[in-house]
Amino acid sequence: MPEKKYDVAIIGAGVTGCAVARELSKYELSVIVIDRESDVCEGTSKANSAIIHAGFDAKPGTLKAKLNVEGNKLMDRLSKELDIPFIRNGALVVCRSADEIPKLEELKQRGIENGVEGLKVLTREEALAIEPNLADEVYGALYAPTSGIVCPFALTLAFAENAYANGVEFSLSDEVSGIRKTADGFVVSAAKGEYSAECVINCAGVYADKIHSMVSEPSFRITARRGEYMLLDRSAGNTVKQTIFQLPTHMGKGILVTPTVHGNLLLGPTADDIDDKEDTATTRDGIASVKAKSALSVKNIPYNQVITSFSGLRAVADDGDFIIREDENVKGLIDAAGIESPGLTSAPAIALYIRDIVGKILPLKEKSGFIPTRKGITLLANLSVEERAELIKQEPAYGQMVCRCSQVSEGEIADAINRPLGATTLDGVKRRTGSGMGRCQGGFCSPKIMAMLAEKQGISLKEVKKNG
Amino acid sequence: MAEHISLAVIGGGPAGMAAAIAAYDSGITDVAVFERDNELGGILNQCIHNGFGLHTFKEELTGPEYAGRYIAQVKERRIKCETGSTVLSISPERQITVVSREKGLRVIDADAVILAMGCRERPRGALNIPGFRPQGIYSAGTAQKLINCEGCLVGKEVVILGSGDIGLIMARRMTLEGAHVKAVAELMPYSGGLKRNIVQCLDDYDIPLLLSHTVVDIKGKHKLEGVTIAEVDEKSVPIPGTEEFYECDTLLLSCGLIPENELSLTAGVTISGATNGPVVDDTLGTNVPGIFACGNVLHVHDLVDFVSEESGRAGHNAAEYIKSHGKKANAPDIINITAGNGVRYTVPSTVDRANVESEIHLRFRVRNVYKGCTIKIVSGDNVILSKKKRISVPSEMEDLIIRPEILSGADGGLTVMIEEGSV
Repeated sequence: MPEKKYDVAIIGAGVTGCAVARELSKYELSVIVIDRESDVCEGTSKANSAIIHAGFDAKPGTLKAKLNVEGNKLMDRLSKELDIPFIRNGALVVCRSADEIPKLEELKQRGIENGVEGLKVLTREEALAIEPNLADEVYGALYAPTSGIVCPFALTLAFAENAYANGVEFSLSDEVSGIRKTADGFVVSAAKGEYSAECVINCAGVYADKIHSMVSEPSFRITARRGEYMLLDRSAGNTVKQTIFQLPTHMGKGILVTPTVHGNLLLGPTADDIDDKEDTATTRDGIASVKAKSALSVKNIPYNQVITSFSGLRAVADDGDFIIREDENVKGLIDAAGIESPGLTSAPAIALYIRDIVGKILPLKEKSGFIPTRKGITLLANLSVEERAELIKQEPAYGQMVCRCSQVSEGEIADAINRPLGATTLDGVKRRTGSGMGRCQGGFCSPKIMAMLAEKQGISLKEVKKNG
Repeated sequence: MAEHISLAVIGGGPAGMAAAIAAYDSGITDVAVFERDNELGGILNQCIHNGFGLHTFKEELTGPEYAGRYIAQVKERRIKCETGSTVLSISPERQITVVSREKGLRVIDADAVILAMGCRERPRGALNIPGFRPQGIYSAGTAQKLINCEGCLVGKEVVILGSGDIGLIMARRMTLEGAHVKAVAELMPYSGGLKRNIVQCLDDYDIPLLLSHTVVDIKGKHKLEGVTIAEVDEKSVPIPGTEEFYECDTLLLSCGLIPENELSLTAGVTISGATNGPVVDDTLGTNVPGIFACGNVLHVHDLVDFVSEESGRAGHNAAEYIKSHGKKANAPDIINITAGNGVRYTVPSTVDRANVESEIHLRFRVRNVYKGCTIKIVSGDNVILSKKKRISVPSEMEDLIIRPEILSGADGGLTVMIEEGSV
């Protein structure tokens, strides 16, 4: 017999799963989030373009179009409530000849149909006025002022921490191996035990097809589409102010050039469909392609300022749209599959959409005492000199610098480790504080952070994990 | 209210200590050394091998012993040392913002500042090595710290990429700790480390050095499982068909050091594209009045003895600057020093010959391996200095001493160049 009973079991602690968890935590429901990794945000959510898309790209009438535009509009309030770095920096889709202007017009028209505001086709001169480093070949651009940038880790963590604060349970390092339909719901078997739930929400990213097939007929297939990126040092962060897209193709939105909320410059992604859903390796050809193609839209990119390259997997469904629905055959199974770009942007809207589906299965009664806000880790880098001085007076650990490149103190790292759903790995600390994300990539601060993790977990330095 | 000191030395490694001592001995006693670690010594503290001090003390010391000699001198003089203190920024007016656990956040005005922050290692990300990003990849210095200071042997089966000195030292160190170092791969056709380190750290332990080879793939999603090494052509491009897989749990990177000048930039110091360190004149002064630089933050050295010597000069010159309130005895007569054929950079890059008091050390690195060459300093059509060398290599810094009287004969700028001999 299953040990624990829940109303809802969410499989996958990426941005979709955590957003859904946070949304459902507003109601009188018992919810558990189960993930195979030791931290939230370990899959597709951690390696992407970190863009809050305006919403002109998706075909009108699709779920992608609807949820993208809705998600974008929710971000201002959400970023304040959950203390997430979010900047509406705007975007430009550039084209390289007069022949392509109709394509920009088409995108604009599509955007208007989708409900995107403020779209405007600019001449080369107008585009250069706001973005001086556009490549010499750029002929014109579509301007989308509502496009933004966000920290995907912060967004996912914020959803998760706030859900946790409102009673959602998380079981990490707990890989789901099977799902069984029972008379009154499901039994989910995982590495750490069995969980019964009336409703299962499948937010399993590239493995959503596998999870679905554990309990229902295979009705969709998820392809992993790998994207490789280069991240440049903060000294290169001012190369562009807006996010610069190229005209989209059937494989996606192409190589973009964008500042990040941390002030770095991000280039990518490539798009290659791959068989192995674990293959997050970068390739020589991929990185070469990122370099060559980014230069088509932006000039003066200081490629020698690269601090890291990485790749992420998009979860692409057969027909290209999000699959978000209750299964026809197995009632109570809700899929959130094919959540590729604009999945990050759509996450808050997907959560509302799924809440409505859940509402048809379970009674939704608003919880009294729901805590809508969450306070992130106080990052010294965001404080004034006076505020820093005051904080160090109260808590001297904030006066001990650990990561010199990103200027992260012991106090911040201790917070990242000690807070609920805290970091247990070096990458976990990195994602929460930005430590080791700078120029030396953890060369100097790793031993100190390893020592702090080892002490907290009561293990030796050797046993401290980088990730996973 | 900002505090005030005469001289702020940023960094308490070999450069900072030597600079502070020299400034003190030149009459400026109101000196403070700011060190982010909890003790003085810098990277020397993790360099427990010997080979330090042959020039300075005429004996072979370990890193901590070498540091100890300077720490003793600092203590003898009761020079103020603020350890556990990180400088966050320096303004062009030499106002420094420093933070520490004990004293919180402070703003301090200094009459002069010496930059002695050292350098950092080039990380994996900057090398664009394709493949996964698993646990088990360390820069050589990070592994050195973990093994020598924390007692944590990072792995057992090891491949090292890059033949910089730290990588070579770590090949021996890991072998002595019981690990198996399978190979050291070096992209260039020559080693990036000192000859003596190749002999003492690789040859003596039968560790193969694969010149013109690099890592082209990294395997292992969470933990490192192995790397693929391939030979490269003369343009450093991997040659298809030469790939060989090495099973390993550890990859150490020793692929170059980068002077750490983020603070220098906050002060508006001009950085050289060739050295990644400040552009300095013959006093080791930067373009910002009253800000000097020395040691590995200025340009990466091979030997700590040269760091100490150079930093002593920076300390003395900073003291003179403070005593003269920044005023020079004579109207300046500045000539440029240019890196000519076969020379990557020179430190300094200008000299004020109207105010030169003593001999000048001209330090530089060559671009390639040159056998039987001649190093020349020319001014216009005149060769003002010529020195034959049996061999000159990029991994060993050259040090020419120029006497002041030579400069008076110079016509316009100086160019340092290599004249290649017959090989």
